[in-house]
Amino acid sequence: MAEPSPLAARGAGRLLAHLWMVLGVIVVAFPVYYVFVASTHSVQTILRPPLPLLPGPEAARNYSDAFSGGISRIGGVSLWRLLANTTIVAMGIALGKIAISMASAYAIVFFRFPLRMACFWLIFITLMLPVEVRIQPTYKVMVDLGLIDTYPGLILPLIASATATLLFRQFFMTIPDELLEAARVDGAGPWRFFKDILWPLSLTNVAAIFVIQFIYGWTQYLWPLLVTNSNEMNTIVIALKKMISFADADTPWNLVMVTSVLAILPPILVVVLMQRWFVKGLVETEK
Amino acid sequence: MRRTVFPHKLLPWLLLAPQLAITLIFFYWPAAQAFRQSVLREDAFGLKTTFVGLANFRKVLGDPNYLNSVRVTVVFSVLVAFCAMAIALFLAVQAEKIVRGKGFYRTLMIWPYAVAPAIAGMLWLFMFNPSFGTLAWPLRQMGIYWNPLLDGEQAMALVVAAATWKQISYNFLFFVAGLQAIPRSLLEAAAIDGASRRHAFWTITFPLLAPTTFFLLVVNTVYALFDTFGIIHAVTGGGPGKATETLVYKVYNDGFVNLIMGDSAAQSVILMIIVIALTAFQFRFIERRVHYG
Repeated sequence: MAEPSPLAARGAGRLLAHLWMVLGVIVVAFPVYYVFVASTHSVQTILRPPLPLLPGPEAARNYSDAFSGGISRIGGVSLWRLLANTTIVAMGIALGKIAISMASAYAIVFFRFPLRMACFWLIFITLMLPVEVRIQPTYKVMVDLGLIDTYPGLILPLIASATATLLFRQFFMTIPDELLEAARVDGAGPWRFFKDILWPLSLTNVAAIFVIQFIYGWTQYLWPLLVTNSNEMNTIVIALKKMISFADADTPWNLVMVTSVLAILPPILVVVLMQRWFVKGLVETEK
Repeated sequence: MRRTVFPHKLLPWLLLAPQLAITLIFFYWPAAQAFRQSVLREDAFGLKTTFVGLANFRKVLGDPNYLNSVRVTVVFSVLVAFCAMAIALFLAVQAEKIVRGKGFYRTLMIWPYAVAPAIAGMLWLFMFNPSFGTLAWPLRQMGIYWNPLLDGEQAMALVVAAATWKQISYNFLFFVAGLQAIPRSLLEAAAIDGASRRHAFWTITFPLLAPTTFFLLVVNTVYALFDTFGIIHAVTGGGPGKATETLVYKVYNDGFVNLIMGDSAAQSVILMIIVIALTAFQFRFIERRVHYG
């Protein structure tokens, strides 16, 4: 175990720090816990505040109802379909980004060709063009290409990112020349070098980028809102927004809460289970 | 500089092709279109477009609604960035005082990072909605007339809370990393000299955290400007009135709901300029930090 931090406190100070952390964790985790609690109560209980702090008896009924047609009744599309759509989009964005940005970083670092740096800058500058600042014209491109209500339409515009390319470039530049020399002496071409040497060395970075981009893809909002008209193509976040009406007395809140839990759970699991890579990826790469 | 490279000439282009194609089609072409539209105006039927120079910009910048959304954006961003960073720093300092159980706390702290902004907004609205929100109920009991769907300031408070909540995890991780990077010798020296914890924090820890703080300031500003669209769309829809209509929300509203293309494009261009300025600021600063590093 590492030495305790020089900032570590003793006695009462440490106890107080624990108290603050518990308070912080309660504030931070409470909303998520609370949706879960709400998803296990009946509509009547939810509509009569205050809601109990502990899970109720309706969990099995709410969840089975939501999966077996309850969501289709209110949203016009099944919960399975929503989860499948969102998984396809999130995986497509995460894996697509890793693939295309690794390829371009590989080209920029391990080859010499005219306009190499121009290509690098072309990619780099996209950092300054988030979807939000070019909404309307990007939408028009999608219409012209017939990509509205399609998976490519949901995925493609979001998979070209400068951040992943920059990260892989930075990492590839730390690979010692000798390694490449040795590989070439042994007769390895670009593909062999990538497959046998570079890929195994990159795995930690790939895992880190995967977590961050999976979350990015899963939590997209503005873009899916624009390029999907049909309910069938909605992601779960968009569908949830469409279901909720605080003015409408008929909203089946118990089912909405089940949907919320299912919209939140997968990315939370990814972050918590892949925490080590996630924290490393976030803190070491985004600087 | 790398000395050994592969000699292929065509292969690198093939490797770059996917990214370049997507970048050109979905980034540069639309961005160029935004610039083009920003100096054009369509007639009422969308049949004829005329070149109007900077007229769209003059119109946008002279529009009281636009100036209102600038004000809303500034208030919103400053509140979110300040609250999210202050709370995260406080918690990070507490976490560093702890010897056992740090990992446990961290695991519970990072959840909100994985929650979509729009859902974060819905969660907060669920807890605080005036008709059956569990946390709105005690506010009522205390005699506060709580209705964020009608009261602009309460609506702002709610979206700020949701946006702050979601960003705490991110800032917390960076502040913890920043605190761990502070040389222990300095802190030990301060302790030997008998400096109180509070004094040592403000004179040693906080100044040495400056790089992290500045970095987070830029990231949080960008987050508040752009990534919070979902929160505002899901919670208030820019209302009540225009009390929570931020710049990005207005671009969306004018371009897709009200269909005023020239104005929307001019607003897009203004946003682009803001992002470029922020990015340039960030990179200048990062370079300086490398010198100190």
